[in-house]
Amino acid sequence: MNDWIEACTADDIDEEDVMRFDHAGRTFAIYRSPDDEFFATDGLCTHEHIHLADGLVMDDIIECPKHNGRFNYKTGQAKGAPVCVNLKTYPVKVEAGKVLIQLSQ
Amino acid sequence: MAAGMVVIGAGECGARAAFALRENGYDGPVTLIGAEKHLPYERPPLSKETMTSEDHPPAKTIAGEDQFAERNIRFLASTTVAGIDREAKKVAFADGNSLAYDKLLLATGALPRPLPLAAASRHCAYLRSYDDALAIRARFQPGARIVIIGGGFIGLELAASARKRGAAVTVLETQARVLMRGVPEEIAERIAERHQQEGVIIRCDIGIAAITDKANDVTISLTNAESLDADLVVIGIGAIPVTDLAEAASLETANGIIVNTHLQTSDLDIFAAGDCCAFPLALYGGRRVRLEAWRNAQEQGTLAARNMLGLSEPHLSVPWFWSDQYELGLQVAGLADEGVRTIRRDLDEGAFILFHLAADGRLVAASGIGPGNSVARDIRLAEMLVARSARPDPAHLAASDIKLKSLLAA
Repeated sequence: MNDWIEACTADDIDEEDVMRFDHAGRTFAIYRSPDDEFFATDGLCTHEHIHLADGLVMDDIIECPKHNGRFNYKTGQAKGAPVCVNLKTYPVKVEAGKVLIQLSQ
Repeated sequence: MAAGMVVIGAGECGARAAFALRENGYDGPVTLIGAEKHLPYERPPLSKETMTSEDHPPAKTIAGEDQFAERNIRFLASTTVAGIDREAKKVAFADGNSLAYDKLLLATGALPRPLPLAAASRHCAYLRSYDDALAIRARFQPGARIVIIGGGFIGLELAASARKRGAAVTVLETQARVLMRGVPEEIAERIAERHQQEGVIIRCDIGIAAITDKANDVTISLTNAESLDADLVVIGIGAIPVTDLAEAASLETANGIIVNTHLQTSDLDIFAAGDCCAFPLALYGGRRVRLEAWRNAQEQGTLAARNMLGLSEPHLSVPWFWSDQYELGLQVAGLADEGVRTIRRDLDEGAFILFHLAADGRLVAASGIGPGNSVARDIRLAEMLVARSARPDPAHLAASDIKLKSLLAA
């Protein structure tokens, strides 16, 4: 499987920020880290159905906008209560200014 | 052998504390005591999703039996504590048994403030527990006439939920407007307008003279001699902290169990946290407050656990709460009433943030409202600025094209 999907352009996201990307009935969050790398995770917090893209990115962490559940968006690791289930991550690459994510799994 | 840690109260705060003891490496006995028959569950959904979901809504459990087993935490449901023997360091149960403790946490929460006029009525309800929520939910039927006494968060969230279920809703508030406590007028007005668009009748500056049951419904007589009939009255006029155990044990109380910045009561082996405790807020000159908020319960539960283990960490958090009504989300960080000047920042989709500044220019609070979680990020950034006692340039706060995050670096 090699289904890379174009999510946005690199310029759509500021450094240390996040945006929402919906595709085929699913929702994702695309991140641009302070050191200018891109990452992707499932779009909803694992605690309640809250869109993480409304949350705040600080360094490697995305914080849920509602309950302050924190995840490392690079690894998906949940950082403690109220979140205890890790976030699924997806491979990302940037080609010709476009951000592509791989949804094969 | 260590007597162990005992937590009284199995809401958000107590449950969090029990698990935080383990997360911080404690391996002695941990006992969590709950009065309800349920596993610990989250209360915020009770006025919202629990009321509006199509199917019978399950309680949103904080921790399941497997997690208690895995962490070796003893959870006692349906258990009433009769008293605390501070000399012997023992908790006495209603059935005559007792349990020794090294450190004790009171996370006893709060209960709805009762309305004396409603004492004899069979058609009046209060919301605190999951069981309360199921009973109210069953009465939120299409066409049902629901009167809500109290235009606070519980009352307004229930009003929104009752409308979603198709009930006719009237909210009665004795004060001049809804959400008098802790919410600025501009935001309260926006919420009131949204309710009125949905057909909710909001009547402020109105008192209740009598509540009289009839055969199948109830009449509410108002102080202006009007009256209205309802199928159900829900009363949401605030909460009172549960302090009876603390008082019986001669711990200091005053609108809550008095604690120091480490959440210790006047007995240093007994801690109190969450809705039941009155604690000093360092950021506001040690002003003593009691907060009834989910995040505070969680943070204080965690902090109490760490301090029960001797870490001696002070409470430093900025108060924060949210409310959801219809598609609108409200968030407040800090104590808005500490501000003397307000700066408004407008966001997309009609969302806006109010920044509350003290006389010396310090940012003391921010409140915001908008669709969904549209204000969340800016409120979170404002919370960080409040925590740093920052004095941001008011012109920057008002300019929505200047990212708030850039002010953090200043």
